[in-house]
Amino acid sequence: MSPYLPKGLPAPTPESDGLSAPYWDGTRRGELMVQRCRDCKTWIWGPEWICHQCHSFDLDWTAVEGKGRIYSWERVWHPVHPALKDHGPYIVVLVELPGADNIRMIGNLLGDPMQDVPIGAEVEAIFEPHDEADPPYTLVQWRRV
Amino acid sequence: MSKRSLRGSVAIAGIGETPYYKHGQAPDSEFKLALTAILNAAKDAGIDPRDIDGFASYSNDRSDPSRIAAALGTKELRFSNMQWGGGGGGGAAAVGNAAAAVATGMADCVVVFRALAQGQFARFGQGPTTPTITGDLAMQAPYGLMSPGQRYAMKCMRFMKDHGVRQEALRAISLASYHHAQFNPRAVMHGRPLDAETYDNSRWIVEPWRLFDCCMENDGAAALIVMPADRAKDLPHKPSYLLGVAAGSDHRCAAPSHNAPNYASSSFASVAPHLYDMAEVKPGDVDVLQSYENFTGGVLMSLVEHGFFEPEASNDFLVPENLMAPGGKLPLNTSGGNLAECYMHGLELQLEAVRQLRGDSTRQVASVDVSMVIAGPMVTPVSSLILGSEATL
Repeated sequence: MSPYLPKGLPAPTPESDGLSAPYWDGTRRGELMVQRCRDCKTWIWGPEWICHQCHSFDLDWTAVEGKGRIYSWERVWHPVHPALKDHGPYIVVLVELPGADNIRMIGNLLGDPMQDVPIGAEVEAIFEPHDEADPPYTLVQWRRV
Repeated sequence: MSKRSLRGSVAIAGIGETPYYKHGQAPDSEFKLALTAILNAAKDAGIDPRDIDGFASYSNDRSDPSRIAAALGTKELRFSNMQWGGGGGGGAAAVGNAAAAVATGMADCVVVFRALAQGQFARFGQGPTTPTITGDLAMQAPYGLMSPGQRYAMKCMRFMKDHGVRQEALRAISLASYHHAQFNPRAVMHGRPLDAETYDNSRWIVEPWRLFDCCMENDGAAALIVMPADRAKDLPHKPSYLLGVAAGSDHRCAAPSHNAPNYASSSFASVAPHLYDMAEVKPGDVDVLQSYENFTGGVLMSLVEHGFFEPEASNDFLVPENLMAPGGKLPLNTSGGNLAECYMHGLELQLEAVRQLRGDSTRQVASVDVSMVIAGPMVTPVSSLILGSEATL
């Protein structure tokens, strides 16, 4: 598939401390990895070093199903990056994952950029590889079910 | 133990600013702008600028207090304070920090200042152009979610959906700012009136923000002088007494990747009750309000979370006639605010709140005793404050 947005946007890489590396590694395999506390089972997103519920440092990375609901959205018109100049509108969605205590993830909503976007609509994750990038990475996009 | 409070113990004794410019058009360096605003505030207060013994700012202001103190010949430096957090959320908190220092004897005369020359440094409204990106931004920028406008639009979109708020409510906020700016010669948008049709036909920046829902980007500086209430009484202007101030944000407001539990929020839900508690006033007591417009939707949620109306009443309350000075139910952003006076990171709103108490505004509300400022919403931490006349003490 061709990427939803033009090439040239900043490529995601893990921090020097490696906190989010398991997530980005997972996207390369087509897996959606999120954190869960081994002690109190709280779901944690985005990546963190400690469980905000029980303060355990013993956090697990768990694969979750790429099924969610649109929690909020926006249609972006004004480009704030050179790569998006003259591209036209695009949709950013905030998706909650009912399978993981409604943690939320950010992505683009695939398809017509002028489509209606109902809050609450069901979506599924689509992995968007950028194999030619250096280093290669994969984004997680969303599509109406 | 008696109630711990700053109420009535300090006052704003002086205000000052530079001319306000479109971004990139300031003829002076950012540091010189800061010095100019501080000198103007000291002159307004009728004090020797060398007697300023403390400096407070926010949003990582680049003008370092020790350098300012050296440049101004400050006799002694006793307080140098930076409120953590980006955006304009720290505007009222910086005054609160200055007030806390003055009230507890750590300093006698603290200037709160903010200087911005976006032409000389990075602009706020542009995305990162580095080839790679890490951390929480890596979860956002590759999806084209990069600027403040894009970061906060989804909060407001959800709020509007949950409560049936129409675009016209946001439009009313914008029209009020532009209307008031037409009376204010300092305003960058003075002579550039806005009507409903122009708003409706303006381009989308990011839905639900149209062009006129977004703040400007400006160059300039503003400053105000915080002193003990009993000393401020002997100075040329009627003191603006600090009745209350509060800062912070809701439970896990900064949870990464837009995971704040209370998402569709201005971040003031937990802050506003502390403000009213210290100030000992109710929303209905507020005579005039300055509420930071990074984006109009932030004002909408700020007003709701400060108790001016229920979310379901947004469409009824947010109509232009309610927000216009002098006669509106809640005169809002009476200098033109961030949309139309100047985006001085909201410190210009605090100067306007003082002017309203003094009776000096270019769009003066009759008999102001309680004058309130809400600093930059939707970021964390946020802050707000209430000033009062002598009659409120």
